[in-house]
Amino acid sequence: MPFIPHTEAEIKEMLETIGVSTTEDLFDEIPAALRAEGLESIPLGQSEMDVARLMHQRAAEDQRSLCFAGAGAYEHHIPAAVWELTTRGEFYSAYTPYQAEASQGTLQLLYEYQSMMTSLTGMDVSNASLYDGASSLAEAVLMAVRANRKSKSKRILTLRTVNPTYQSVANTITRHQGITLEEIDYDRESGCVDINDLPEEPGDVTALVIQQPNYFGNLENIDALTDWAHKHGALVVAVVNPTSLALLKPPGEWGEIGADIVCGDGQPLGAPLSSGGPYFGIMCCRKDYVRQMPGRIIGRTTDLDGKEGFTLTLQAREQHIRRSKATSNICTNQGLLVTAATIYMSLLGPQGLYKVASASHNNTKLLREKLSKVEGVTIMFNSPFFHEVVFKFDVPVIEVMNALSAQGIVAGVLVGDHYPELEKCLMLCATETKTEKDIDTLVDSISRIASTLDTTKRSIQPEMA
Amino acid sequence: MSNVPTELRYTKSHEWVRREDDGTVTIGITEHAQELLGDLVFVEAPEAGSTYAVGDDCAVVESVKAASDVYSPLTGDIIEANEALADTPEVINTDPYGEGWIFKMKLADEGELDSLLDATAYAEQIAAED
Repeated sequence: MPFIPHTEAEIKEMLETIGVSTTEDLFDEIPAALRAEGLESIPLGQSEMDVARLMHQRAAEDQRSLCFAGAGAYEHHIPAAVWELTTRGEFYSAYTPYQAEASQGTLQLLYEYQSMMTSLTGMDVSNASLYDGASSLAEAVLMAVRANRKSKSKRILTLRTVNPTYQSVANTITRHQGITLEEIDYDRESGCVDINDLPEEPGDVTALVIQQPNYFGNLENIDALTDWAHKHGALVVAVVNPTSLALLKPPGEWGEIGADIVCGDGQPLGAPLSSGGPYFGIMCCRKDYVRQMPGRIIGRTTDLDGKEGFTLTLQAREQHIRRSKATSNICTNQGLLVTAATIYMSLLGPQGLYKVASASHNNTKLLREKLSKVEGVTIMFNSPFFHEVVFKFDVPVIEVMNALSAQGIVAGVLVGDHYPELEKCLMLCATETKTEKDIDTLVDSISRIASTLDTTKRSIQPEMA
Repeated sequence: MSNVPTELRYTKSHEWVRREDDGTVTIGITEHAQELLGDLVFVEAPEAGSTYAVGDDCAVVESVKAASDVYSPLTGDIIEANEALADTPEVINTDPYGEGWIFKMKLADEGELDSLLDATAYAEQIAAED
């Protein structure tokens, strides 16, 4: 059943009225060379019944696994009330409501969300969210270029320990706007950028991007890096995991004056892993740059009767007013995910979030100790860490992963895909959802698999004739 | 009818230009422009030392309704921006040709001044817009 309300007769009538013969003619102005001829790799449509059958089959394959994978998306316990409340009819709309007169509840929720994010990050202002972590970095880079008016180079330095998929997305979005991203390599021992490796005379740098905890889970020397950037006239873009901020120094307090723009993925705050999305992006900044911040900002005000109310604010630079000159034209707000995050943070409170972060760190510490005792497995970096650790395997790591997968264990993430020098490495994460027994199950399995794979130790040696 | 002082020069995009005795020029937006924008809440003035060509956007004036670009009427270097606007952008509404100036320029070619509109021509333009 087609969901297009117009009949053939109506379409014909409309086309005749505007003087064209077919619907295709409406797209005439798009040059032929730019038009897709068809979608060859997309199969034909299927009926609802067939699709339902296919999806049930696929869902059945998705076993309930013991997951130690992280690398930007993290399994946390989500209290049942979070999505019970989020999916109530009053909230169940994925888009920002514009009408203050009809949407006070949602606007107040977004205002509370912004207050929570500024409190977590130590920044002055937060927007009402962006699309996801990767695009939030791209938006932060564009924003830094607008905000740092003293810098003319549009040159962004990025630590190589920033999530490589975020770097890739940021590069895709910014490279055709004259912006260049240059990587600063990390120290192989610490898995962090050594402040002494930064150039003494870097030239005109628009911004420095620092992720904390970095992609490997290690804690960067954020104070020295932030001060270095500011000394050379660059803004500091901080990429953060919001859960970690319950334990770590907020970006607003990095170095002498703090980071300038903060971004990251909000997924750890109440969004399930869900095969990669939907998640939401966070963005905060210091007040000086609020007019360069993309996206919606909710403000608190008083109405004509003097009553408190909430409304969209600072929208003079948004796309419905500024068109192509808007601060962003992809400032999609992930309203429903933000609703879940706000309820999640409200239920946990600062102490609850602190407990989640501490338990995640402690579990990872336990995993680190236990797994490093397995023969042929070594800890890759010697830095302080939050809730992820990179291990090097003497035996082929892909085979270890496959064997664990057969036992229902998602062992971690292969970092060699993005860092060739770490091809034998696996990155693991243990959040508060893991028990000591889970960790023992993983470590025992790895120990058994590794010794089986280690050909030097096979008990049955081929006999010599 | 908005005030259009006869001693100033104008652009079609509603900037005014005053030639000072020392050869520099002072630039702002016209009374008519501030009327169109409404109450100003923020001004992003250009950085001293930067260089602009005719038609480059070099400043932004933001009202409660919209943020609009201010275009450089002439080619030259910015020698000073009106710092007072950071705290009191509303002086553009109250005194657009005086306290509400936005920036001062040192021109690359004074001959460019002749390409600007005089008060009569600008007044005709805004009358035609209404």
